[in-house]
Amino acid sequence: MTPGAQPYLPPAAAPPLPAAGAAVIGLDVVRLAGFTADACLKCNVCNTVCPVARVTDRFPGPKYVGPQAQRFRSDQARSPQSARPQRVPRSPVTPLSLLEPPARPGGPGRQTAPRPLSPDLTVDWCSGCGFCTRACPAGVEIAEINSRARAVLRVQNAAPRLAGVPLRRRPLRDWALGQTDLLGRLGVPLAPLANAFLGSRRLRSLVQAVAGIHRDAPVPRFAGRTFRAAWRRAGHPLPRPGAAVSVGADGRFPRPDRAVVYFHGCAANYQEPRVAESVVAVLARNGLETIVPDQVCCGLPLISNGYYAEARRKATRNIASLAEWAAAGYRIVTASTSCGHTLKAEYRTMLDLDDPAARSVAGATWDIMEFLADLHESGRLDTQFGSLAGPGGTARPLLYHAPCQLRSQGIGLPALDLLALVPGLEPIDLDHDCCGVAGTYGLKEEKYEVAMAVGAGLFDKIRAVDPARAPAAACDSETCRWQIERATGRPTLHPVEFLAEAYRAAAPSGQRPADGPGPSVDDRPADARGAPPEPGSTASA
Amino acid sequence: MTPRVLDVLVVGGGATGAALLRDLSMRGARCLLVDKGDFGTGTSGRNHGLLHSGARYVVKDEISALQCARENAVLSRVAAPAIEPTGGLFVATPDDPPDYADGFAAACARAGVACREIEPAEALRREPALRPDLRRAFAVSDGAIDPWALIELNLRSAVHYGGEALAYHRLVGLQLANGRIVGAELADVRSGSTFRVAPRMVVNAAGPWAGRVAALAGAEVTLTLGKGALIVLDRRPVDSVVARCHPPSDGDALVPVHTVAILGTSSVTVHDPDRYAISPAEIAHLMALGDQLVPSFSASRVLRAYAGVRPLYLPRLDELQPRERAGLAADPAAAEALAAGRIDSRRLTRAHRVLDHGPRDGIANLVSIVGGKLTTCRLMAEETADTVAAKLGLGTPCRTADEPMGGADGGRPYWLGHRLAEREVAGGGDADLVCECELVSAGDIERFLDERWPCSLDDLRRGTRLGMGPCQGAFCTFRAAARVGERAGGRAATATGERGLLVAAGGPSPVEIGRVADGPEPPEPGDGPIGPALVDAALVGFLEERFRGVRPVAWGRQLQEAWFEAGVYLGVLGVDALVVDGQRPCLPEDGRAEL
Ligand SMILES: Cc1cc2nc3c(=O)[nH]c(=O)nc-3n(C[C@H](O)[C@H](O)[C@H](O)COP(=O)(O)OP(=O)(O)OC[C@H]3O[C@@H](n4cnc5c(N)ncnc54)[C@H](O)[C@@H]3O)c2cc1C
Ligand code: SF4
Ligand code: SF4
Ligand code: SF4
Repeated sequence: MTPGAQPYLPPAAAPPLPAAGAAVIGLDVVRLAGFTADACLKCNVCNTVCPVARVTDRFPGPKYVGPQAQRFRSDQARSPQSARPQRVPRSPVTPLSLLEPPARPGGPGRQTAPRPLSPDLTVDWCSGCGFCTRACPAGVEIAEINSRARAVLRVQNAAPRLAGVPLRRRPLRDWALGQTDLLGRLGVPLAPLANAFLGSRRLRSLVQAVAGIHRDAPVPRFAGRTFRAAWRRAGHPLPRPGAAVSVGADGRFPRPDRAVVYFHGCAANYQEPRVAESVVAVLARNGLETIVPDQVCCGLPLISNGYYAEARRKATRNIASLAEWAAAGYRIVTASTSCGHTLKAEYRTMLDLDDPAARSVAGATWDIMEFLADLHESGRLDTQFGSLAGPGGTARPLLYHAPCQLRSQGIGLPALDLLALVPGLEPIDLDHDCCGVAGTYGLKEEKYEVAMAVGAGLFDKIRAVDPARAPAAACDSETCRWQIERATGRPTLHPVEFLAEAYRAAAPSGQRPADGPGPSVDDRPADARGAPPEPGSTASA
Repeated sequence: MTPRVLDVLVVGGGATGAALLRDLSMRGARCLLVDKGDFGTGTSGRNHGLLHSGARYVVKDEISALQCARENAVLSRVAAPAIEPTGGLFVATPDDPPDYADGFAAACARAGVACREIEPAEALRREPALRPDLRRAFAVSDGAIDPWALIELNLRSAVHYGGEALAYHRLVGLQLANGRIVGAELADVRSGSTFRVAPRMVVNAAGPWAGRVAALAGAEVTLTLGKGALIVLDRRPVDSVVARCHPPSDGDALVPVHTVAILGTSSVTVHDPDRYAISPAEIAHLMALGDQLVPSFSASRVLRAYAGVRPLYLPRLDELQPRERAGLAADPAAAEALAAGRIDSRRLTRAHRVLDHGPRDGIANLVSIVGGKLTTCRLMAEETADTVAAKLGLGTPCRTADEPMGGADGGRPYWLGHRLAEREVAGGGDADLVCECELVSAGDIERFLDERWPCSLDDLRRGTRLGMGPCQGAFCTFRAAARVGERAGGRAATATGERGLLVAAGGPSPVEIGRVADGPEPPEPGDGPIGPALVDAALVGFLEERFRGVRPVAWGRQLQEAWFEAGVYLGVLGVDALVVDGQRPCLPEDGRAEL
């Protein structure tokens, strides 16, 4: 390291691991999400915050489907990992007799109990937004318990598969909604066709009839080229799976204090490369290079649609790739709150991936806004933003919705603070629990109405502000952006896009920030802040 | 009024008495069953709920092992809805004597108790919460029984065959003439009124109270009372019965019963079947035991603790079976005691005995059934009924092992998910739930009250599992009390003996009759001031009962829950200001110093 130069951040250290076998021998069941049900005091707080229970009587609420129902689930009915598919007919409501185990065939020597099936039905209405978990004063991981129970339900209702593709309508739909990678890879090359298809109401009705995706539900348009393709074209390396991380003077990648590793996820790759470009530009403005590591879908859509085994395969690949970077001291940033939450928490709580590698990845992962706020906190953020004021210099309200996946990360609402730094912008927290879509929940034909009712208050708040004053809204989560846009017609962007825009509107970088946070920024060698690469220009081609 | 003539009066409405009422009624006898409390409030309601496969007894008590193995199969067939065929695992841990497992396996083979050794890894796959360093594992046919459901099934079947059963009726006196019982005095403990019946035969199935009932006829029956304490977890860490493969000390096993798991038992000799406490040492012993099976055990939430007494019959010298005599002679200490005319009870079989007091004590029409197990209650009833039928001259053979109870479609075994699945299929929802933890709906409560009114919240609990979940009554008590209040039309009432047992005021005043052999009586209605509303009594009685069980395990999450509950009942509802039976309720606040 250059003498006198400070790294922009201390290298990320993996969180300390408990010594092997330190706590208790055996499976530490108490720490598993399902067993937090033990702590439920029956206080009802979770019921008061559930957005779904608020709008429909069909969902009995978090307390009932979570800790209460958990006591009626055997090990099989609790954990998707040990559940086995059962033959259940295809009626909308499963008759009770089929939920029951067969009568015990009498006679001596029968050694094992009949394997009970899932007793659940209504837990399927849980959207997985996680408000209940965050509100519970006793620490019950209700949303996580529900997710597992839904996954068991899915296993129980499993359809026969052909080459991995389920052959029944709902299972096919749920499976397909989890295949963001596959859809992206098919959709991008055919973007004009696919987008026209998705834009046609007639064809969407057909999709609803065939695949159970509501015809009015928000589905994103495919980009003409993936972010990764654009990145490669611009001459950047794309490390291959398993490629060793080579750092430093003779390596291909800048040192951990000069670069961050970017987990773009699916949406920024296939549908919204402009978000990825904004991330790269904003990082570059702050003297940081972007490394795009090998990655696949984080797996969240698979988890929430009950395909745990496939999610685990994705997770394992991501962990293998990212753990190397984490071990080398790099920060991992993501602008998708779903990916962030998944990398940080769900690999452990949902997929039981709790090894040191998974933990080091979780410890090194930052939401992009969290990361920038941290830079700002330590006085290292370039705050030379240009004004985004409206015509005549009037400050414009920026309507901001904090998505649940961000709230689940327990990092506050960093976007609000950062957007407030931009002259001419007045960020306003819309302060509504949920937009309703909850990933893929609101896309499903049977859930659509519920999802729209959940988000109704949010949409009203947005519609109440004149588009001339507030032409766009902001939200950190892609699915929420699409839902808000679709429901209100108001363009909705990621906060980082506003920051990138504000940087563009400012004087070129290299000038000392007027409200410069301190000498240390200036002390940095020039190359640490060097001219930003211009991926945006190439990638938007 | 001339006393009603009966063929048989059965005293004691536990599992044995209920099975006996069914058996005799099926054979065509006119029978009446009485219990001084609700059915299943004796040992039958205070045990481990383990449907034995016999494996527990194979090494030391082959008679019991064989009986259990047989009855396990029979009950699974005829009483399926009361039974969960969980299967069982006997596991040898590094803490257990290594050679015991070999002897165990050999004894199972010898006794014909189904038992299959499986790889420890397979046992862990089946039950991942078990400690991972298992040495050996054996799969057996243990299961779980809901004793109240079993009693209910028996009683319904008995009633179908013409039997009659009266709860809250105590046998208070027997009239003898010429070596025969000619009359029996029954007291309705709720109203205090008494009446007399004239049974041709009396069967004493009073469990730990059998000595006292026999004494009403002047016969002596000596019981050794072994108290066993158990603790209840709020959920099931295992879905099979898990027991340790070591010499049966306290019968230690973890049994998944309904939504909870029960660990037990300790074993301490007591002298009074009505008065015993659970010591902190017993709780500590049980927690340690739990950790030896499931490592996270003591980190789990313990709901409550309870205890029951095992009525072990101490036979007279002339009643020893040859096999027992040999067993006693084989053990030097026991042989010495035997020579001195004493019997070392640890060497005796745990199996039941039918005592015919005709030849034994010169009381021609009294039979006692003593000892035994929940698992063998049907067999106990069969053997007793055989004796009784012979005396009555009934030729009909026993059919209880052939005819399933619970009807054609109700013959499915219990399944953990049943209640939830039933609700879910009916549309789900929690709007009508009275007890949220155990999913007891208003409809369930009303149905029970329709059948059993007047009754207490505690009766409701046994019938529906009201208040048996993690919150131990925090929400359901006031809701259920309100429904009881509605039923009673707001009449004033007081609580008798057992708190929470309701007596409508204005009923006949109690009459002292006969010899009261049951020791100190609880205060009768009329002793204390009458006044507080029925609802108050129901509320306070039930809360006290629930809290009694929580007190020994009030730490961690259950202590939090107790405080939450105290907030609801003391803080919000001000229940501590109520006066029931002239007393302030004994609720958590009183225990503050202790807690
Ligand atoms: C701690 C413990 C754990 C056990 N675990 C198991 C187990 O896991 N598996 C198993 O198979 N067995 C087990 N047992 C044994 C089993 O519980 C008993 O053997 C069985 O319940 C006895 O039933 P019972 O009907 O003979 O007696 P009880 O259930 O005690 O019934 C006697 C009834 O007589 C009534 N009564 C008394 N006096 C009078 C009177 N004067 N007038 C009217 N009624 C009267 C009482 O109210 C009572 O209801 C356990 C026992 C204990 C103590
Ligand atoms: S995750 Fe959301 S929808 Fe599901 S129970 Fe919790 S609060 Fe309700
Ligand atoms: S908020 Fe937590 S403790 Fe309260 S009822 Fe819900 S799960 Fe139970
Ligand atoms: S869809 Fe959006 S606001 Fe709704 S639950 Fe999620 S991320 Fe939350």
